[in-house]
Amino acid sequence: MSVSVFAFYLFSAGAIAGGLFTVLSRQPVHSVLWLILAFISSAGLFVLLGAEFVAMLLVIVYVGAVMVLFLFVVMMLDVDFAELKAEMARYMPLALLIGLVILMQFVMAYGAWDANAAAEGLRAQVISADRHNTEALGVILYDQYFLLFQLAGLILLVAMIGAIVLTLRHRTNIKRQDILAQMYRDPAKAMELRDVKPGQGL
Amino acid sequence: MIGLEHYLTVAATLFVIGIFGLFLNRKNVIILLMSIELMLLAVNINLVAFSSFLGDLVGQVFTLFVLTVAAAEAAIGLAILVCFFRNRGTIDVEDVNMMKG
Repeated sequence: MSVSVFAFYLFSAGAIAGGLFTVLSRQPVHSVLWLILAFISSAGLFVLLGAEFVAMLLVIVYVGAVMVLFLFVVMMLDVDFAELKAEMARYMPLALLIGLVILMQFVMAYGAWDANAAAEGLRAQVISADRHNTEALGVILYDQYFLLFQLAGLILLVAMIGAIVLTLRHRTNIKRQDILAQMYRDPAKAMELRDVKPGQGL
Repeated sequence: MIGLEHYLTVAATLFVIGIFGLFLNRKNVIILLMSIELMLLAVNINLVAFSSFLGDLVGQVFTLFVLTVAAAEAAIGLAILVCFFRNRGTIDVEDVNMMKG
């Protein structure tokens, strides 16, 4: 068994175990950690497939940002997770049934699947061996798919603004800085100089 | 030798696990969001596998966009979750009934 075959089975076992325990584990923090395992294993699969840029993106953006966001939310919310998990056994038969049905559909679809003979000729961007993955992706992303790339950035901007607007709140019972009141304050009225005689006080 | 079918099998398994999780954790919105992330990951594995075995780079470009949308969806979903938790003190899906829908 060569190294790449071994690596494939290792990463796919990691991805599937990570996914399964994400769904099954009792603690949401453990779920997030298992999901991180699934993402890192999938990044390994992407490297095996020769898509290094997407693999690194998965590790940096997903594990580094999105999963940490999940972890923050799980730790920040004070939820009684034991109560939420109590009814898991009730949904198990339905979940298994639907999972099995969809798995059967996949098996039927993959069993009857066949590549079109003309598929080779229909390729839009043939991967060339003399240019490595990140460079080739950058060349077509900033050239042919530039509009879509900008739109992806716009989606992220909208998501960022939406998340800020949704979670921003003004609490009324705390002291906060009033900048206009500070700016319009008149030093002449705010301060008074008094000549205090010794031994007399004000 | 590892072929396209092996990768498709892994992706299909992950997708089914994601759907399984959706039905298994009907109450916990955080796990529901994570199940959706798993399904999107399975889609990405499919796209990259086909891209690699067919020799077409566009699949990987599409994966980038799927990743972008998934990240935006996770951020918005978690923001809504935090907002909901502040108002109701719970993240149970069955309590999402304020609009009587």
